[in-house]
Amino acid sequence: MRRDLLIAFRSIVVITILFGLGYPLLVTGVGQVIFPGKADGSLIKRDGKVVGSALIGQQFYENVIGKNGKVQMSKGEPVTQPDPRYFQTRPSGTVPADNAAGSSFANYGPNSTVTLAALQSNIAGYLALNTAPDKRLYDPHVTSAAGVPVDAADTSASGIDPDISVANATIQAYRVAAVRHLSLVTVDRLVAQYTTARSLGLLGEPGVDVLELNLALDRTGNGSH
Amino acid sequence: MTVNGWLQILVFCAVLIAIAPLLGGYMAKVYTGRRVFLTRVVALPERLLYRAMGVDPNREQDWKSYAKSLIIFSLAGWLILYLVLRTQSIQPWNNYGGVAFHAAPWNVTFNTTSSFLTNTNWQYYGGETTLTYFSQMVGLTVQNFASAAVGIVVAIALIRGIANRTSSNIGNFYSDMVRTILYVLLPLAFISALVLMSQGVIDNLSHYVSVHGISGIAQTIAMGPVAGQEAIKELGTNGGGFFNVNSAHPFENPNGFTNFYEMLLVLAIPAGLVFTYGKMVGSRRQALAVFATMFVLFFAAVTVAYAAEAHGSPAQHAAGLHTQVVADSTGGNLEGKEQRFGIAGSALFDVVTTVTSCGAVNSSIESFTGLGGAVPFANLSASEVIFGGVGTGLYSILLYVLLAVFLGGLMVGRTPEYLGKKIEAREIKLVALGLLITPLTALFSTALATASAAGRASISTVAAGGPQGFSETFYAYLSQANNNGSAFAGYTGFIQPAAGNAGSHGVTFADLLGGFTALFARYAPILFALAVAGALAGKRVSPVGLGTMRTDNATFVVLLIGVIILVGALTFFPALLLGPVVQALTGHLYH
Repeated sequence: MRRDLLIAFRSIVVITILFGLGYPLLVTGVGQVIFPGKADGSLIKRDGKVVGSALIGQQFYENVIGKNGKVQMSKGEPVTQPDPRYFQTRPSGTVPADNAAGSSFANYGPNSTVTLAALQSNIAGYLALNTAPDKRLYDPHVTSAAGVPVDAADTSASGIDPDISVANATIQAYRVAAVRHLSLVTVDRLVAQYTTARSLGLLGEPGVDVLELNLALDRTGNGSH
Repeated sequence: MTVNGWLQILVFCAVLIAIAPLLGGYMAKVYTGRRVFLTRVVALPERLLYRAMGVDPNREQDWKSYAKSLIIFSLAGWLILYLVLRTQSIQPWNNYGGVAFHAAPWNVTFNTTSSFLTNTNWQYYGGETTLTYFSQMVGLTVQNFASAAVGIVVAIALIRGIANRTSSNIGNFYSDMVRTILYVLLPLAFISALVLMSQGVIDNLSHYVSVHGISGIAQTIAMGPVAGQEAIKELGTNGGGFFNVNSAHPFENPNGFTNFYEMLLVLAIPAGLVFTYGKMVGSRRQALAVFATMFVLFFAAVTVAYAAEAHGSPAQHAAGLHTQVVADSTGGNLEGKEQRFGIAGSALFDVVTTVTSCGAVNSSIESFTGLGGAVPFANLSASEVIFGGVGTGLYSILLYVLLAVFLGGLMVGRTPEYLGKKIEAREIKLVALGLLITPLTALFSTALATASAAGRASISTVAAGGPQGFSETFYAYLSQANNNGSAFAGYTGFIQPAAGNAGSHGVTFADLLGGFTALFARYAPILFALAVAGALAGKRVSPVGLGTMRTDNATFVVLLIGVIILVGALTFFPALLLGPVVQALTGHLYH
């Protein structure tokens, strides 16, 4: 028995050193040499500063300006709303939204009134965002929940989904073009440019990388900060 | 459902069927001590490893000695892992998450340790908010290798028991384990880590990156040595995510190709081992019969899951969403799913990781429709025999094969024989016990957790009203008993107010019950499987006669599928009715 214990502990210590330190550090080392940008998170820089990761969704929100011309505050925090000049990512279940240091599912059950309420709120938000000040919807084809693509209403899995569906982007393109005074053709062309096709033409679903698309929009010079 | 969706599923099946015999044949060579192309590279490290461990690889063990080595090795592994996880505050690479990481409380650590040791990898914690890089590597990655190897060697031992004609010995535990890691797991994991990194899976030892997004909003992006662990997590059917959302996280699974590749990694060894078995018992047809059984059940599960998720959920329809496929949108129940995987890629991944003991998820199972969610339930109810975990799948289905042979023998009125060896009272008792322990443990723990206030405290307060609360609980213990580790993730055993574990506490009842469930339902069946191996190993082989029942034809496949479904259905049907079936049959919404 003592011999068995000795062998067991010797073995686990040896294995721990080899596969707990040797293997992971070797992978890290090789990765850092061969795939430096990717192994570090596909980070994107603008003007020399990192603004996010191509693989991680983020919030494109602006502060709400009250009638007095000042930023509206609630509990010491500025009140924010989706910035209409930017394409918006999918609903997120993390706290706060798009929290890349604490990913989590929303865990909305399929037969739950809580889920229904969340969906209704997401749909209302989406329709409101895509409605022009003259109360007309930017995209004439989208008039009710039935026209809202599921990815715009359903919460993503990771809470930091970087992509939206092409259908979702196509609807938002009307708004972005109008607000930025760009032609719809220009915006649609950018959407197409930042649409990731299925891998090998077969695997997965096409998606539009929202951060990269928004950066490209800013580079047009129209409506950027 | 879309043509492309089905195409993805069919291509996946085709690739799996193509690689399984190749890997299986290779593994057969490894376990019969023949030379393979890696021998030249690995032979020396292998010898050095035996010396460092103080092991004589040529010492043959009978089943009791083999089991003893396995249990003591696991015990040592448990203690070391617990120690690593509990000493986070003094580890290197600690405050990389922006705050100093304390250890998780004892009860959560008990659960995590038991869970990773048993290849369950159930997670009550979120990786990026709870664990240091040191714990992830030195603690969890090690058991990702070791627990996978332990599962595989039990299957190999059982194969030897069936195949042996002269000796009652079934091999050497340490030699089998070392060879599994060096010849199979390590090379495949290393190459896979590189493949994953080439697609954007991260691997670094950097601090979490704090940025201001283009709207000026602050965002912290968690980093870490992910790719190395991701590869072995899938390959060893472990399934414990580096990040909280597991393979849904873009840094673990960035695109359609990685999703496909990871699914293939999960099934490679469980499917390959079937052909290893065929080689080692000298009958390819036996292997094909077992493979066919697994594949039929697998494909049925995929079909149901895909159809159900493509249909959409009652909540979506109540909200007025249109869930059919339209131009440029997948439609369907995209709640808790990622855009880049869509419905087909999520449904397939879900089935792949719940038929095996992997339990990785790329979508939220809690948000699957009633019927779609019933699929993982059904997969788990089949006790890991549809490919199953690495090793566990094969030894579990071989127990079912013996049971089917016994029942078939009763029907035709002959002494049941399998590959020339008589199946007698002792074997059938061991088989029955080995097969019933996992389901009974799952049901017992679920009953305990449902009936007690301490157990119900873990049920999610969000969106888990009505039958969903029961589904969550049932799934938690079914998953841990089957060493799967996927979850209806609303069920909680860990309250963590802030990243780094300051002020966090575990839910003792859920943590301990889950941990003990995983331990018991792992090691008891292993002991029975090894005992069966021992009982069969010494038996004489009788020649095949005219009256011998064939175990390698379609009739036997049907019989085997029938037995698996019968045992699973009889055991779990009442419980399944209360949760997923109710939800699947109604469009009703619950508070």
